[in-house]
Amino acid sequence: MRLEYFDLIDKVDELDLAGSTIRISSRLPERSPVFDGHFPNFPLLPGVMMLEIMNHAAGYLQYRRFNGERFVFLGGVKRAKFRRMVRPGDLIEVRARLTHEGSGFSVAETSLTSGGVTAADAEIILISQEFPNPEIKAALARHSESLAQPAEA
Amino acid sequence: MSSTFDTVAQVISETSDVPLENIKPESHAIDDLGIDSLDFLDIVFALDKKFGIKIPLEQWTQEINQGKASVQDYFVLKNLCARIDELVAAKTAK
Repeated sequence: MRLEYFDLIDKVDELDLAGSTIRISSRLPERSPVFDGHFPNFPLLPGVMMLEIMNHAAGYLQYRRFNGERFVFLGGVKRAKFRRMVRPGDLIEVRARLTHEGSGFSVAETSLTSGGVTAADAEIILISQEFPNPEIKAALARHSESLAQPAEA
Repeated sequence: MSSTFDTVAQVISETSDVPLENIKPESHAIDDLGIDSLDFLDIVFALDKKFGIKIPLEQWTQEINQGKASVQDYFVLKNLCARIDELVAAKTAK
């Protein structure tokens, strides 16, 4: 995980394309420029980064459901709560489940846990559309292949 | 038609803060009610759930962009309600 590069998923632990669920895990770095300012002498993962990690998990699930053929990105957050502090070095798990499949958009329930306790949860809207250019499609395909993949359910 | 319109008007009012009394069958969702594309997604999400359908928003957008349909065909509320009734009827017929 490299927060400042938005490289947020270490490992895909479970991926159920038919059941529309995913579980990923990541180990937070001990040091990051993000922690330098948030906060000096008391580093915490910012809530907005928790939301982005949950978005990445849900977005990756939907990207894989589209077999890598559609560009999926965050369109909205209907609800988000940040319940516990997450610190450098923590191992986190994120779960996402698609709850609605619309035309050009989908809705997902997501949660982020640390030490088995829910640290954040959110309902997010994902937009899906054609890739704006072939380069980003290829880059995302390479990134997808680099993730440790479980056997598909 | 009237019950579909009542439901659509209620959803629009709840999701976009447009007063219910301002929402008419002749209202244009974008031009008259000021609903933007992301608000419209919220509305479509709610309507999909309320009516148990999948509003083909991408197909409609494509038809408008290709000149096969007008914006009014889908975004004037009485027309939107007619499209919803068609989708519900098609689903019921399956």
